[in-house]
Amino acid sequence: METLMSILVGILFAIGTYLILTKTLLRIILGTSILGHGVNLLIITMGGLKKGGPPLLGIKNLTYADSLPQALLLTAIVINFATTALFLVLSYRAYKVLGTDDTEQLRGTENE
Amino acid sequence: MNNLVILPIIIPIIAGMIMVIFRENLILQRFLSVFSTIAISVATLLLIIQISSKGIQTLYLGGWEAPFGVSMVADMFSAILILVTSIVSLCCLLFAFNSIGRERESYYFYPLFLFLITGVNGSFLTGDIFNLFVFFEVMLVASYVLISLGSTRTQLRESIKYILINIISSFLFLVAIAFLYAMTGTLNFAHLSLRVAEVGQEGLMTTVALLFLIVFSLKAGLFLFFWLPGSYSAPPTAISAIFAALLTKVGIYAIMRVFTLVFYHRPEVTHLFIGILAAVTMLLGAIGAVAFWDIKRILTYNVIVGVGFILAGVASFTTEGMTGSLYYLIHDMIIKALIFLLGGTIVHLTGTSKLKEISGLIRLHPGLGWMFFIAALSLSGIPPLSGFLGKIFISEGTFKTGYFWLGGIGLITSLMVLYSIMKIFINGFWGHTDLTEEKEKGTTKGLLLPIGILTILTIALGLGTEGIHGYVDIAVEGLMNPSQYIEAVLGSNPAQ
Amino acid sequence: MKEPNDVIIRSVTKVAVVIIFTFAINLFFSGHHYPGGGFIGGLAFASAIILLFLTFDIETVRKNIPVDFKVLAAVGVLIAVLTGVGAILFDAPFLTQTFGYFNLPIFRKTELATAVIFDIGVGLAVIGTSITIIMSIGDDR
Repeated sequence: METLMSILVGILFAIGTYLILTKTLLRIILGTSILGHGVNLLIITMGGLKKGGPPLLGIKNLTYADSLPQALLLTAIVINFATTALFLVLSYRAYKVLGTDDTEQLRGTENE
Repeated sequence: MNNLVILPIIIPIIAGMIMVIFRENLILQRFLSVFSTIAISVATLLLIIQISSKGIQTLYLGGWEAPFGVSMVADMFSAILILVTSIVSLCCLLFAFNSIGRERESYYFYPLFLFLITGVNGSFLTGDIFNLFVFFEVMLVASYVLISLGSTRTQLRESIKYILINIISSFLFLVAIAFLYAMTGTLNFAHLSLRVAEVGQEGLMTTVALLFLIVFSLKAGLFLFFWLPGSYSAPPTAISAIFAALLTKVGIYAIMRVFTLVFYHRPEVTHLFIGILAAVTMLLGAIGAVAFWDIKRILTYNVIVGVGFILAGVASFTTEGMTGSLYYLIHDMIIKALIFLLGGTIVHLTGTSKLKEISGLIRLHPGLGWMFFIAALSLSGIPPLSGFLGKIFISEGTFKTGYFWLGGIGLITSLMVLYSIMKIFINGFWGHTDLTEEKEKGTTKGLLLPIGILTILTIALGLGTEGIHGYVDIAVEGLMNPSQYIEAVLGSNPAQ
Repeated sequence: MKEPNDVIIRSVTKVAVVIIFTFAINLFFSGHHYPGGGFIGGLAFASAIILLFLTFDIETVRKNIPVDFKVLAAVGVLIAVLTGVGAILFDAPFLTQTFGYFNLPIFRKTELATAVIFDIGVGLAVIGTSITIIMSIGDDR
């Protein structure tokens, strides 16, 4: 299972990297989003995939899953959500002000 | 348990949230922001006194003990950095009052500023590597908005690059954390240190260490600084000054913490690598600083040189080198804020950042000119000022380890820094006075106060080194002996 | 301009929003011992409001729910942090939670925990932020 997941993570990373290297801003944002999912999957895989109940008070189980990677994951998802939303809003602003979403035209260092 | 440890994090966040609620009341916002930075300084001073008498202070959030819960750890190193942070941010705030403009003020400038400080202080205080990531993100999200605040064309263009770079480096950070968790099964710094010492820092562990180094290098601007000159010169002066003073320093803090506490078993690999990167960073940064004729560019490249120099001391991994790094880190936070505020004032007065179009400012603004002169000397480490001692110790440390090339490059780039900053002084302040008082684009009214405070601070830090010497020694001792940190967090007999 | 034919979404929304609100509150309170909690409850609540945005106009919804969501988020974070500060006043570590059993008139023996106050803060912050994000993208044409 871990091997399968690792391959999937690799595929997600590849797609994300490809999208980030394209020129359109929207695709770059989608790329970061996919990369983020790949990272989340990596965290949960690295924590070890095993069977077990949730470590909650109300449920009687003999084995429990490791809850730390899941806590990390939840935090990472929230942060990823926030940064993606911010990135999206900002790119939209940039598109409206600069009139382009082509990164090729966002080059240059001098003031306009 | 010591609840003082959490105060530098919760004071700014509470103040910031109150400001968001009272968005229209700018006077309240100004008052609260100044009040909260002063409150942080007072709390940190108390903390420093406690640390020097009772050792490293810890706090387990919610009473969940380490390594299971979230712990906050304040050792002397982080306490000193927080104190300097709050002083520098107070000066940048005072500068912002008269320069940032009403539109940005009402668009949540002060709350965002305080969230940035929350993130920075949190990164300094946290006791586990995942919360380091969380506080990094708090700091970065605040900086994303601050860098684009006002939405000028340049700002928007630069902020997109800045955000993309930082999002990718955050993902790399998470990947590194995932690998580390898979190998050690813990994320608490103290516990990690124990576990890594147990299993030994073999090839795979060193690889993870280098992955962390890449992540922190992206944040600190160590070698991977290609994003830095553009994004630090885009926002208004007060914002770029606080970025230059604090953001890269958090990356440096993370490198120093991780590579003295956790991955310190293979200095011949990891620390040598830091040394090589530091040398290249110093050289490239100095070349950039010498080559450009634009004030903002020269200053941003000087930030890069500073990063390289601080990490040269870390690379030597000796007590002298660490002492030098800490002295220079404190000095660099103050001087980078000062020099950015000074440069920003010049741009504000003349309306251009092109050095060739400015001359003879000293006739109209003698105070500004002489303070710039002092700052320039201090930046390049001329004796009675604050940069000198750090330079001495770092050079001594690198020579002691046998990295003569590293110390040599450090000294050569110091000269280049001196040349680059004197270039601004000679071109900008000497020569024929083109401007008259009426033709100036702005006034220095109210801007000289924070600059003056920082100038006095850099002189005082140079002359009164004896005063802080004891505290710096405690901090360096803590950095060089990880067992102190581990004992403070996990108790005297860490059984786990 | 022709009026869009949206009878179905309008009638479905009127029912669905109530159900989602109830479910969100249920999720929120079950978070104490079971899966759920402030974050998920807040997100579900926000999704119902976003459904309202989609069906009716943003202006209409704003008129009927006169809340500044940025302030709501700030109040939420403030509540969450202040529950932590409350622990400092009792000389316990920051964020320490406590609970007790009380005999309330209707509910009989009930467990009341300070963690719920913290969760309310989290929930409000999540609602406030997500609606702010949606509004800042969707509100402009």
